[in-house]
Amino acid sequence: MPVTTVRKSADVLIIGGGTAGCYAALTLSERDPEKRILVVEKANILRSGCLAAGVNALNAYITKGHTPDFYVDYALRDAHGIAREDLLLSMSEHLNEVTERLEDLGLVILKDENGEYVARGNRNLKINGENIKPLLANAVLALPNVEVLNEVNVVGLHLEGGASKDAPGVVTGAYGHGVREEVLYEFRAPAVLVATGGAAGIYRPNHPGFSRHKMWYSPFNTGAGYAMGILAGAEMTTFEMRFIALRCKDTIAPTGTLAQGVGARQVNALGDVYEDKYGLTTSQRVWGTVAETKAGRGPCYLRTVGIGEDAAGSLEKAYLNMEPSQTLKWVAAGKNANEENVEIEGTEPYITGGHTASGYWVDDGRRTTVPGLYAAGDVAGGSPQKYVTGALAEGLLAASSIEEDLNSGLVAPSSSDSVDSATSFATLLQDLLEAEGNVTPEELEAALQTTMDTYAGGIGSGYEFTESSLDEAKARVRELLAVPPLQVSCSTMRDVTHYFEVRERLVVAEVLLAHLKARKETRWHCFAENKSFPEQDDEGFLCYVNSRYRDGAVETFTRPLSERRPEKTAGTERDYRDFTGRWANEHSH
Amino acid sequence: MSIRIDEQACVGCGRCIRVCPGSLLKLVPGETGGVAAIESPEDCWGCVSCVKECAFSAIHFYLAEDISGKDGPRTTMQVRAEGPLLHWDFSKDGALFRTITVDRRNSNDY
Repeated sequence: MPVTTVRKSADVLIIGGGTAGCYAALTLSERDPEKRILVVEKANILRSGCLAAGVNALNAYITKGHTPDFYVDYALRDAHGIAREDLLLSMSEHLNEVTERLEDLGLVILKDENGEYVARGNRNLKINGENIKPLLANAVLALPNVEVLNEVNVVGLHLEGGASKDAPGVVTGAYGHGVREEVLYEFRAPAVLVATGGAAGIYRPNHPGFSRHKMWYSPFNTGAGYAMGILAGAEMTTFEMRFIALRCKDTIAPTGTLAQGVGARQVNALGDVYEDKYGLTTSQRVWGTVAETKAGRGPCYLRTVGIGEDAAGSLEKAYLNMEPSQTLKWVAAGKNANEENVEIEGTEPYITGGHTASGYWVDDGRRTTVPGLYAAGDVAGGSPQKYVTGALAEGLLAASSIEEDLNSGLVAPSSSDSVDSATSFATLLQDLLEAEGNVTPEELEAALQTTMDTYAGGIGSGYEFTESSLDEAKARVRELLAVPPLQVSCSTMRDVTHYFEVRERLVVAEVLLAHLKARKETRWHCFAENKSFPEQDDEGFLCYVNSRYRDGAVETFTRPLSERRPEKTAGTERDYRDFTGRWANEHSH
Repeated sequence: MSIRIDEQACVGCGRCIRVCPGSLLKLVPGETGGVAAIESPEDCWGCVSCVKECAFSAIHFYLAEDISGKDGPRTTMQVRAEGPLLHWDFSKDGALFRTITVDRRNSNDY
């Protein structure tokens, strides 16, 4: 049966209907009800993306008495100096606006008797976030000029003008396939926002058996947005700053609620508080736990014994609103948090610009280096500690620049009818479904995860790697990338989806390996534990490591750190604020 | 960790199929009509969106042995929605032994 083709065009194509994508759609629709916006989502926007289960708090908010600079300082410190201050600032300036909007949409946020939000610490608000995604999704579904296409997996970008070294081409659309139906989709739009989230499943997970998907990050975020940008020649930044979450053992439930909520400290098996010894940045909290265990003082715990029955009861409810597995674990064991300390462990490494700084190199308006292509949320680099509200703020910022660029004519509908990429994609889809392959997507996934775990600093190697082990990983990843599609066995569209998900992760892995190798220092323990260069090297590496994919290879290079409030000096290395001049030049090629 | 769907209680409305963030559920023929089924239980993330969406409490969430020990899968969790209230029912070997009620109008204490 031949694959059928569906073609759609819009003014703005949003790839991924998660946190950032939904908010961008809301913003664009409200600013201009005449614009036609198309949101394409791999699952269904009602519960897709990182917010499926809900969230326990809003972790990025400018609380009373603080300024956006306070948040920038915090995020920069936590990233050990490697973050884009300009991007963090523009994000921070919008955190409170998007929070109020969430409340308007129906999110419950705790307030005091004066009607002011109640803070949990300096940057966090207490909420009931169980239904945060349906609230966002339903607001988007109510918009007359937004069309939502669910269960469509976008796998590539239409690029006009080719990906040569001097002119990387212009993005004019994207293509993909139905997750269940044998349908090829071809989308055309002068502005394309990629908001697919980051990448899980590159490394072997905590529970490689039956519960392989019991992980911190969404296992359905497989790096599609990174991969399609990489292959279109977009510049990427800071992939080497992997994210490893410190979580409750087995359930991989959040630990922040215990640490910040009830003040539980990190203790080793001897009962000694160890967190002070290693530091309190996100990477240091993971590192301390790994180091204590390595030194024979594990397992490690969050000390919850003694918090009292009321606090334990509140925790049971709080976890039901974001990670119900943890409540189920307490209830099933018949032991509450106040009776038994909660064991903790690090997760497998993820690539996600929502927590660390990995992702597209973007300007202040979240324009990527490829004209017509914008990035927001976890795929956008340089701006860590976004959490939910930061992703919303980036959706807003991207929407603003898209609106500006459409109105100024910087991006415009393509006059070309060329559909080369879609034609070859149709052939590929047909081949995948018809070929009798001898390797399954699942086997490819296992090979990738084993390789990365062993040679690129996964859980199994204590998050450590060397220059030589990275070379070994690279050779194996390139072998896996070279497996021809006709050798892969796919009988259903589900298998096809899985095949593309593995391909995406292989592309991300190759770029990640190049970044890990390029940063010849250890700045973030565990996140990038380079045993060939175990010390921090400020002289050599207080800079960004960036990359571009050209002619089938990853080129890495460095860029100087940004200023928080740079002056506009178009065309220079420090021109971080604005890519519009550069784009205008590339259009005229 | 995954879900079990009670074929007797499922009416095949398809709401759970729609909300699964991994598109893991599908409609299959049952004894008296279509029922929801999970294609690969090992791909479940544990977000319980489907459990909350089911108006017939037909979906049971459990922790598998690799993360909860041999008795883990005997304890399951379901949800009954009642206006703004969510009643989370915990059962062992099918017998209800505890309910925790969360009022969605209230924020978390922590």
